[in-house]
Amino acid sequence: MNTVEKTEAAADGPASARRLRLGLLARAPRQMLADALAGVAGGAPAVRVLKPAETGLVMVRGRAGGTGERFNLGEMTVSRCTLSDEAGRIGVGMVAGRDRAKAELVARLDILLQDPAHGPGLERDLVAPLAARIEAARAERAAKAAATRVDFFTMVRGDV
Amino acid sequence: MYVAVKGGEAAIDAAHDWLAEERRGDPAIPEVTPDQIAEQLGLAVDRVMAEASLYDRDLAALALKQAQGDVIEAVFLLRAYRTTLPRFGASMPVDTAAMRIDRRISATFKDLPGGQVLGPTYDYTHRLLDFALAADGEAPEAPTAEPLDPAMPRVLDLLADEGLMERETPPADESGPVPDLTREPLTYPAGRPLRLQGLARGDEGFVLSLGYSTQRGYGRNHPFAGEIRQGAVSVEVDVPELGFAVDIGDLVVTECQSVNQFKGDAERPAQFTRGYGLVFGRGERKAMAMALVDRALRAEELGEAIQGPAQDEEFVLSHADNVEASGFVQHLKLPHYVDFQAELQLVRALRAARRDENREAAE
Repeated sequence: MNTVEKTEAAADGPASARRLRLGLLARAPRQMLADALAGVAGGAPAVRVLKPAETGLVMVRGRAGGTGERFNLGEMTVSRCTLSDEAGRIGVGMVAGRDRAKAELVARLDILLQDPAHGPGLERDLVAPLAARIEAARAERAAKAAATRVDFFTMVRGDV
Repeated sequence: MYVAVKGGEAAIDAAHDWLAEERRGDPAIPEVTPDQIAEQLGLAVDRVMAEASLYDRDLAALALKQAQGDVIEAVFLLRAYRTTLPRFGASMPVDTAAMRIDRRISATFKDLPGGQVLGPTYDYTHRLLDFALAADGEAPEAPTAEPLDPAMPRVLDLLADEGLMERETPPADESGPVPDLTREPLTYPAGRPLRLQGLARGDEGFVLSLGYSTQRGYGRNHPFAGEIRQGAVSVEVDVPELGFAVDIGDLVVTECQSVNQFKGDAERPAQFTRGYGLVFGRGERKAMAMALVDRALRAEELGEAIQGPAQDEEFVLSHADNVEASGFVQHLKLPHYVDFQAELQLVRALRAARRDENREAAE
């Protein structure tokens, strides 16, 4: 398990695992989600639409000084969708940006990932590679940042 | 006063067609795409998002293309667009301590835990035009090193642990709403949350000049750049269907915490105080200026003399918004024919009266 998963999955229970998965799915390219859904054995199951996919705004908040009183920093575009399946499982997609199709794909996959018949396969074929991909992209940026770290300790008097 | 006029439709259509042609420029030169703007003019895109108070890179890039690079016009376009969308709710406050750092520097401590990380900065460049960029050339690849420790404590919290820096603590009860200047008209005193919102979306030039004015003596507050950090933070939103907050993606933000003197008063010992800047995107200049102005606006709270415009909440907040400012300044170019006719008659009457007086005096 890589660090993206470790940091958050360390918390308890299926809710935190689902929370983590949704965070990963929100960062996936849409095509990767579409391919995963298309690859589900027996085809994508029927779903009922509870909240059709729509785009809107979320007000992003900060805290004064990082830890103090809350304030409104500004809005961001967000797309969301809520679905359910015949067994009554609820699937939620909430993703940054204006891609409604992606929000719907996340909601569908959220349902399938709760389904014992499809969950383990999708964990293996979609969630794990996605986590690795996100971790790799973060590590690449962190490595570039590290190369710009100013190290005041290496200078020794007399060195040029 | 502006009185509505009619007519001119054909001329207006022609003007807009010409505008579209001018915007495209010489057709022999390849057309720029919003993708290219988002990727290659990223700091302009960041500024538009910050001042529009709407984080959406693709839309900001499109707005910049449509506005021919006019930042304030692009901000206006995004502000207009946002009014077409419903508001789903608010996020949890972003945790800047957990930021995935691209850049993190402190001017107060050289040996801070986690180190000084320069990131992709223009600092230390020589500001010489790089003619290689005008020729076709490959960009160099950024060097890499062993990734940084993700734990990067906030510099000011280290000082606070020693009691030398005021702590920023949330109020005990956070069940109430967070004031929002896009929903309620501003009234004064506005308070710090609204000030921070107004400054975060305020015009960079205006906030920068006000910050500068405090350094030049109009509300001096002896700042140091305690910490500047830039990078990605996760945004979490509570989803009622789930009963927990979901991470919906990343935002790139810049945060600046200034360290300022405070002499102490009857209740409080001498300690350092802070100004806070947080902006969308890589807006370091803006975040620094915001921190200076935020601190200046705390003058009353800290019992300091109010001597400069940057310390006057009403002055700062009612003039920081560039869409409002540009609207009111630019409305002057709309036809004011009726209004001006009235002025003209008045001036003619005054002149005639003076002439009559002079004639009588001469007789």
